[in-house]
Amino acid sequence: MRAFTYERARDAGAAARAVAANSAAKFIAGGTNLLDLMKIEVETPTHLVDVQDLGFDKIEATRDGGLRIGALVTNTNLAADERVRRDYGVLTRAIVAGASGQLRNKASTAGNLLQRTRCPYFYDTNMACNKRKPGSGCAAIGGYSRQLGVIGVSDSCIATFPGDMAVAMRVLDAVVETVDATGQRRSIPIANFHRLWGDKPEQDTVLKQGELITAVTLPKPLGGKHFYEKVRDRASYAYALVSVAAVIQPDGTGRVAFGGVAPRPWRVEAADALLPRGAAAVTARAFQGATPTKDNAFKLPLATRALASVLAEAKA
Amino acid sequence: MPETSELELSRRGVLTAGAATAALVATPISAAPMPVAPSAPAPAMPVRFKVNGERRELSLDPRTTLLDALREHLHLTGTKKGCDHGQCGACTVMVDGVRINSCLSLAVMHEGDEITTIEGLGTPDKLHPMQAAFVKHDGYQCGYCTPGQICSAVAVLDEIKRGVPSHVQGDLMTKPTATNVEMRERMSGNICRCGAYSNIAEAMAEVAGAKA
Repeated sequence: MRAFTYERARDAGAAARAVAANSAAKFIAGGTNLLDLMKIEVETPTHLVDVQDLGFDKIEATRDGGLRIGALVTNTNLAADERVRRDYGVLTRAIVAGASGQLRNKASTAGNLLQRTRCPYFYDTNMACNKRKPGSGCAAIGGYSRQLGVIGVSDSCIATFPGDMAVAMRVLDAVVETVDATGQRRSIPIANFHRLWGDKPEQDTVLKQGELITAVTLPKPLGGKHFYEKVRDRASYAYALVSVAAVIQPDGTGRVAFGGVAPRPWRVEAADALLPRGAAAVTARAFQGATPTKDNAFKLPLATRALASVLAEAKA
Repeated sequence: MPETSELELSRRGVLTAGAATAALVATPISAAPMPVAPSAPAPAMPVRFKVNGERRELSLDPRTTLLDALREHLHLTGTKKGCDHGQCGACTVMVDGVRINSCLSLAVMHEGDEITTIEGLGTPDKLHPMQAAFVKHDGYQCGYCTPGQICSAVAVLDEIKRGVPSHVQGDLMTKPTATNVEMRERMSGNICRCGAYSNIAEAMAEVAGAKA
């Protein structure tokens, strides 16, 4: 691990200013992804600003009947919150489908959104990777791509966003709240939070240097039945090959987002509208224009089958 | 003793980390963002926490993980370093009552925290019920993952008691119970390459049953 200096911020403004002032500085909350990457020197911050004391560790009701989840609420506490289990089951289900108990106890809500791809070529510093080293090329293209993206990818990068929690948040139309070094606040719909790679795969999200996530808000509950179906190589503690987050209403309408397939949780609202017509109609629309590799083309039929399983359960 | 000299060496390395980079912490806020790189290890930082009920004070390179602080600086070598990347669970300890991977956490981030390691759960003369159950049910072979397994197992039963949900839970509004399926799912962050899983599950079931 490269050397770095460390400070524990007292308030959000000071934290944002400290990171904005140094392009090699980073916030640290749970640290479960950042420290992992620092050990292999994929991440090499020279200064860490610890945000654990900023008080963003509460889940509060909003005036319009939703929830405001503090950026530092741990994955475990978010999944276990009674209001979340009752009204946003898809979110609890997605969180507990990811990582391990130990990691969920430490990982934060904001950190989960900011976790980086698990593309093996991103992790291997001997390999070309435009995300890790802009302009160096992409060894994943033409390489071992079974786990990688099938849609929304580019000629520069075919990595996926690896998380589960954000896929449920996409179905719920969550909003990411931030503050920057000047005190300016932003509300970013989760649909726009993660970038498609294009020719800048090094930039995962729309956040600026020093822009700090303070909370994620959920609109009022949708009702309906909530599902998170995750297909992976092991029964537990593995990244998704494909995952399906869905909220299905009694009349068969609903919303669906897919994980493990794209640079961001993948939801196409026009495909949601096809839910009453069945899984194949939905995935045909949601994955229109997909560019799978030979190794990961199986993800397309897998997504259809995973959704079909969810829809069958919704009817049961 | 090779082990002792290694420990001394790493402590000396930390203590000699120079103060040459101290000035780099202060960066003008108004300036355009520039990467600021410490050219040498950052100065050691003080950290105080409680380990197994005892107050400890250390001066550490900020890079020191909680795992390395416990093993290399406090010589509590019960907690093991397996993968050092949060994948195997050998480093599992409890911080303020919840289990975490001590390898993926910086020691300096634990100022004021209460840490419990395998050494704090029980002693050879007075085993924790989970330790006794692991012995009784042969919940290990080589034993390297065992401290992490036991810390995790104790925490898992507490998580079930507190109603923390899991992936295998049916109704999210019903309190989970310590079934075999629940315990196996919740223990998936602890890898045992000898494959003592079924005996670990039996040890946990005994402790869970005794508690019920």
